[in-house]
Amino acid sequence: MNFKHKYLFLLPGLLVLLGILIFPIGFTVRLSLSSWDSFFPGLDFIGLENYIRLFTDDLRFWEAFLRLSFLSITTVFLQYVIGFALALMVWQEIRFQRFFRVLFLIPMMTTPVIMTVIWRTFFHESLGPVNDFFSLFGMTPLWLSDEHLALVTVIIVEVWQWTPFMFLLMLAGLLSLPKEPFLAASIDGAGPIRKFVYVTFPLMAPISIGAIIIRLIEASKIMDTVYVLTSGGPGTSTETSSFYIFIKGLREFQFGYSAALSFTYLIIMIISLTVIAKILVKLMIRSN
Amino acid sequence: MNKILGMGVVAATASLLAGAVQADKWSDQFPHIKNTGDIPGECSYDAMSQKDYSGQKLTINTHAVPVMGEPTALHAEQFSTLTGAEVSVIHTPAGDLYSKAMVPFQSGQSPYDIVFGFSNFIRDWKQYLEPVPAKYVNMRQMQDVTQSHIDVNSWDGEMIQFPIDGDRHYLKYRKDVIDNPEYQAKYKAETGKELRVPQTWKEYGEMAAFFNGWDWDNDGELEYGSAEVMKKDDLMFAAFFSRSVAYAKNPRTPGGYFFDLETMEPLINGPGFVEALTDWVAATKYVPPGGINFGLGDEINSFGGGQTLFSFSWDDAFVAAMQDDSAIKNKVGAAPLPGSDRVWNRVSGAWEDEYNQAPYIVWGWTAAVAKQSKNHDMAFDYLCFFANDANHQADIAIGRFGVNPFKKSDFVPELYVERQGWDPEIAKQYADTLMEMEEGSTNRVFPLRIPGVFQFNSAIATGTSKALAGQLSPQEALDEVAAEWKKIVKRIGKDVVREAYAVGVALEDNLE
Repeated sequence: MNFKHKYLFLLPGLLVLLGILIFPIGFTVRLSLSSWDSFFPGLDFIGLENYIRLFTDDLRFWEAFLRLSFLSITTVFLQYVIGFALALMVWQEIRFQRFFRVLFLIPMMTTPVIMTVIWRTFFHESLGPVNDFFSLFGMTPLWLSDEHLALVTVIIVEVWQWTPFMFLLMLAGLLSLPKEPFLAASIDGAGPIRKFVYVTFPLMAPISIGAIIIRLIEASKIMDTVYVLTSGGPGTSTETSSFYIFIKGLREFQFGYSAALSFTYLIIMIISLTVIAKILVKLMIRSN
Repeated sequence: MNKILGMGVVAATASLLAGAVQADKWSDQFPHIKNTGDIPGECSYDAMSQKDYSGQKLTINTHAVPVMGEPTALHAEQFSTLTGAEVSVIHTPAGDLYSKAMVPFQSGQSPYDIVFGFSNFIRDWKQYLEPVPAKYVNMRQMQDVTQSHIDVNSWDGEMIQFPIDGDRHYLKYRKDVIDNPEYQAKYKAETGKELRVPQTWKEYGEMAAFFNGWDWDNDGELEYGSAEVMKKDDLMFAAFFSRSVAYAKNPRTPGGYFFDLETMEPLINGPGFVEALTDWVAATKYVPPGGINFGLGDEINSFGGGQTLFSFSWDDAFVAAMQDDSAIKNKVGAAPLPGSDRVWNRVSGAWEDEYNQAPYIVWGWTAAVAKQSKNHDMAFDYLCFFANDANHQADIAIGRFGVNPFKKSDFVPELYVERQGWDPEIAKQYADTLMEMEEGSTNRVFPLRIPGVFQFNSAIATGTSKALAGQLSPQEALDEVAAEWKKIVKRIGKDVVREAYAVGVALEDNLE
C-alpha cells in the first residue's frame, strides 16, 4: 500500500515550524549580512563584515559573555542547591506542608520587572530599607554602585526570583520517586545522609540535569533584572550578552550588527549547553 | 528690535495674567485651565471648538504616564471633546520611543499620526516627518517661542518638530544654605573662601564636598553635596556635556565642539573634556550613597526631597522642590551652569586662563507629525492645541507633566509668584537664569544632532560610566570614546556626518 499521502498530514506542522522557527532564524542570518541601522535602512549585502567586526573589534561583547557565563553558572548552582534543599524539606511530613509549598512558589509567580523595581528600591543605597538596617552597624554597602557588589545584587535577585522554579521541578521529581529503594536503604540501616547520597541524589540525577539545563537556558537570557537594577553599570560591570545585544539593536539601532551578535550568541549557546549537558550526565549519572 | 520684542512679551504676559481672573465657559468645562480660562489664539479652546473632525481618528505615540504621557492624554481627551475626533494615545517607555517610531518609519508603515520623542532624534527622523506648515510657523503662538527652541525644533531653518516643551540644564542650589550667614562664616573659617553661588565647577566641587555627609538643615538626616544623573545610559551623557561645556566650548575657536568640522576628528578626548570628566569622577565622593547609580528620577527625588546642596540638569528637580507639597519650597535657587577659570583652545593647543561659561541647550521633549499620516491638518491642530497658551500655562505648573518653559512670556517672574506662590526673588532669579541662557548667551552648545546619534551618545555613556566606576582613567575612557566615535563616523560616512553636524555648528557659531 502506498502511504505517501501521509506526508500531506505533516505539512501543516512543517509550515508552522517554518514560520515560527526557521524563518526568524533565516531572517536574522540575512539581516546579519547587512548594514541596516538608523541611517541605512534596508537589506543591503556586506558579506561577513559584521562578523569580522565582532571577532576582531568588539571586546565588550566577549567581556559581557564571560560575565554572563559567571552569572548563569553561579545563579543556577545556588538555585539548584537551595531549591533542592527546600524541596527535600517539604517532601518530608512537616506541619503546614501545603502552606510552605505555596509560599516557596510565590517569587516565581510575581512579574520579574516589577519585583526587580521593588528590589532596586530595597537596595537603594541612601533611601532603601536594606541600608537602613546596615546603618545600624555603621555600614553603607554600595549594592548597586560598587562594581563587584552590583554583580552580587544581581545574583541575589535572580536567585530569589527563580529558585522556586527549581524547587517545583525538584519537588515533582521527589514525589515521583519509587518508595522501594528507600525502604531497602532503611532496612540496611542507612541514615538520612547516606540515604540522600546513595539513593535520593542518584535517583534525582536525571531530573536534576533537566532542571539545570532548563534554568541555564533561561539564565543565559538574563536581561530584565540587569536592565532595571543597574542598566549594566556601574561602568560595564553587570552588562550581559543579551543586554549588550539589546543596546546595540534597540538603543543604537544597529540592526545588522545586533543580528550578527544574536546569531553568534545562539551558536555559542547551542554548543556550550550541549557540552554542559554531556558533562552533567557524566558527573551525575555515570559516576553513580 | 529688543524693545519691540520686550513690549510684545509684556503684552503677552499681561494678557496671560489678566486671564487669571477670568473664569469662562471653557474653564468650567475643562478645569485644567481654571487659573487662566481660555486664552485667545489660533489654537485656543474656542478656536478648536469651531473645527469638526468627527469620524476621523488620530493615533499618537507618546511617553509613559506621567511625564509627557499624562498631558498628551489629557489634551487628547480635550481635543476629542472639542472637535469630535477620535484620539488614540499609546504610551511607550522613554527608551523605546525612538525605535517604536523608527521601525515603522523605515518599513514604510504609518501606525502613528503623531510621534513624541526627544529633539535630538531630528536628524534620524526628519525624512519621515512632515515639516510644520507655514501657517503654524507664522502664527502668534509660535512667535512667542524663544529662538533657541525654534532652533532646537528646526533643521537648517525648516521647522520639523512642533515646540511643546523647553529644556536646558542649569544649576539648582539650596538658597537657605548658600545665603546663610552662619554657614558663610563657617565656610570662610574652614576653607578661607567665600560661600556663594558657585561660579566654577571647581567651586561647585569644593562646596559640595564641604557640605557632604552631615545634617546641615537640622532635620535629623544626613545631607550630601550634589545629586547628578550618573546612571549609565540614563541621560548621563547629557550631564557630562553640561560639565564639559565650560572647559571645552571656547568662543574663540568656532567650527565644532564635539568634532572638528573640517576634519571630523572627535574632540571628545581633548584636555577640556578630560578636565570635566576628572571633576565628575571626583564628584562621586560628594553624591549621596549610591549616587553613581542615580537616574533622572533619583536626581529629582534627591534634590527635590532636600537631600543635597546642589543639582544640575533639567527643570524637573527645581519644579519638584518648588511644589506646594515640598519641604524646601522657596528654599532653592536657580543659576546658570558653573563656568571654569580656564578654557581649552584646540587651535593653539593650550589652556587660556580666563573665565568661561557656556549654556547647554539640551535636547528635550518634542513632537512631530508623520509624513505618511493621512491626517496632517488634524495632527498639527492637536499639537498646536497641546501647546496653546492656556494649556501651556496650566501644564508648566504641574511638575510631573514634564512640560517646562519655552515661550518668552514664560520668563516673567510674576507668573510664578501669583500662580505658584514662589518667593519673588527666587522667581526673578529663575526667570532671569532661563532667559539669559535662551536669549542672552552667544556661547551656547546644542546637543549632537547627527545620523546615528544614539551610537555616539551610547559610546559617551559607556566611556564616562567606566571612568565613574573606576574601571578606566578619565583620559583612557575618553580615548576609548574617541576611538569608537571614529569608527561610527567611518561606518556612516564622514561627509554625511559632517553635513549634519554643520547645521548644529552654525547655531553654536551664531551664523544664522
